[in-house]
Formats: sequence, structure tokens, C-alpha cells
Amino acid sequence: MKLATLTALNETRRARRAALLVTSVADGSERLVDPSAIASDQLAAPLDLALRTGKSALVEEGGAQFFISVQTPPLRILCIGAVHISQALVPMARMLGHDVIIVDPRTAFATPERFPDVVLHAEWPDLVLPSLGIDRYTAVVLLTHDPKIDDPALHFALKSDSFYIGALGSRKTHGKRVERLQVLGFSAETIARIHAPIGLNMGAVSPAEIALSILGEITASLRLKPDGSRA
Amino acid sequence: MRANDEDILASAEEWRRAGRDVAIATVVETWGSAPRPVGSRLVIDGDGNFLGSVSGGCVEGAVVTEALDVIGSGAPKLVSFGVADETAWQVGLSCGGRISVFVEKVA
Repeated sequence: MKLATLTALNETRRARRAALLVTSVADGSERLVDPSAIASDQLAAPLDLALRTGKSALVEEGGAQFFISVQTPPLRILCIGAVHISQALVPMARMLGHDVIIVDPRTAFATPERFPDVVLHAEWPDLVLPSLGIDRYTAVVLLTHDPKIDDPALHFALKSDSFYIGALGSRKTHGKRVERLQVLGFSAETIARIHAPIGLNMGAVSPAEIALSILGEITASLRLKPDGSRA
Repeated sequence: MRANDEDILASAEEWRRAGRDVAIATVVETWGSAPRPVGSRLVIDGDGNFLGSVSGGCVEGAVVTEALDVIGSGAPKLVSFGVADETAWQVGLSCGGRISVFVEKVA
């Protein structure tokens, strides 16, 4: 691989854009394909499949073998709430290779001292979320327990391509949340996107255990089909 | 910690820019029960230091040896490991799978 190609690949990833690298297995020659240029490529069909499924693959074209390496942006977890669970979630998410952003308008919670080296927005979710570019590689986790803060973020998340939306709170709390969403006209199908009560059902009690159950559920959303089989 | 294959590419770039010889090994094909999926990567430097994994530990040693060869020659190569390989007893996959690994130098 040329150093220039490697550099471009890493820059694309930092910019949260997908990229496809085609390498000739015979001689190592390579080219980067931007997702917008797939249609005009001679390997259009396998490139499109790789991008849609996120799976790299070896393909044959004109008697030669090419490896298509698909690179998707890093997963990002947007936490609404600079709370105790979020403090436990940050280092765990990093170990999984995920980026974390924390949003909480309560300046007593959203402090750099409580969240060192984390992207932190001490602002209301409805003001900051539109600028964060919630895409299909972003999970939204609602952890404040406070509808004043959680609900505006939830409304925004439900209109986005976010692959996972989870909300902290008991079944009763979630029941009230669902009622508020229905009043605002959100469909049953849309409301069903919310994972609530948040996290895998594993009896989690401490903030760290709850963070683990949330990250487990996010992983399952990423890797499993809705019926529980492998995606 | 560098947790995934893309982060490992960031290390490959850092290593190369620091003047180290670097090779990248990528799993390009798997058959049967392979420990790491297609696209998994191992980054190797000229001293045999490595990051990442292509098999979860089964054949990394052999891939590092191939990488040092590729760093020396500059020519990429495709190598296979598995139970059907004659070297299976030395560096085969204990799970019974088979993998092809593409090894190339960062130039």
C-alpha cells in the first residue's frame, strides 16, 4: 500500500466518511473509490454490496482477483446526560473503539473535571444536536431521567438515521414517554425504535454495570438482525 | 488502546512516517470456522513488532515472518493457512478453518 493511500484512508475515517479500497492481489496496485463514484466503476456491483453490508470481499474481474476493503466511520455514542453512568461508559466505549460525545445543559454535571478528554457540550440538546450530524453510525443514549432534557434529544434522534436509540427509566417512566411522543404524532413504528428500559436485561445495578449493559445492547443492535440471528 | 482494524491503519501510518519499515497483512478470504473475519489486519514493522490480529493468535507468528520477507523484497504476496496446508501442524488454525492473507509493504 502506498503511504499516500494509507494517509487518505486515515483522513477519510477521521472525517467520518466511508471509503472503499480496491487492491489487485496479483501486483498490489490499488485505488481508493469514493462512495459517490461507485456507479461508474467497473466493479460497481461488488463495491455497492460491500458498502451496503459493510463487509470487505475478494472478487474476480476479467480473470484477475481484487480485494475490496470497505472502511466505515468509527461508531459514535452520543450520551445525553453527564451523569455517573456516562462516566463509566466513556472508558468502556473507548476500549470498544467507539467515539463518545456528552451533551448536558447542567453545567454542574458537564464539567471537564468529571469528563477529562471527552467532547463535552454543556448546552441544551435541541440547540447542539443539529450540528453534530447524527448518522447511521451514531448511537443515541438518553440518561438524564429528565424529560426537559431527554425529550428534545429523543425527538431529534427519532428523525435521524441513528442505528440505536436507548432511554433510561422504568417501564412506567417509558410508558409516560410513549404517551408524550404519541401526542406529538410519532408513529408506533418510530416509537418502537427506542430501547427502553435501556440495556441488556442482565440485572445490572451499579453505574458501571448499567454502562456495560448499554454497550452490550448497542453491540447487539450492530451485529444482530431483529430476529436475533447474525447479520 | 488500538481496538479495531482502522485504528491499526493509523498506527501503520505513524510508524511509516517515523521512518520504520512497515507491512500490512489483511485477511482476504476465509473458509469454514475462521477466528477473524475478512478485512482483519495485522501491521508489522521491520523488527517484527506487530499490532492487531488476523487469526486471534493461531498464525500471527508465521504472518510476521512472511511480512519481514515482503519488507525485504518489496513484492506483495498471498499466503494461506489452514488444515489443508502442509504446515498445518506448525502454524495451522486449531479451529479447523482456513484463511488467505494478503501481505504488502507500505511504500
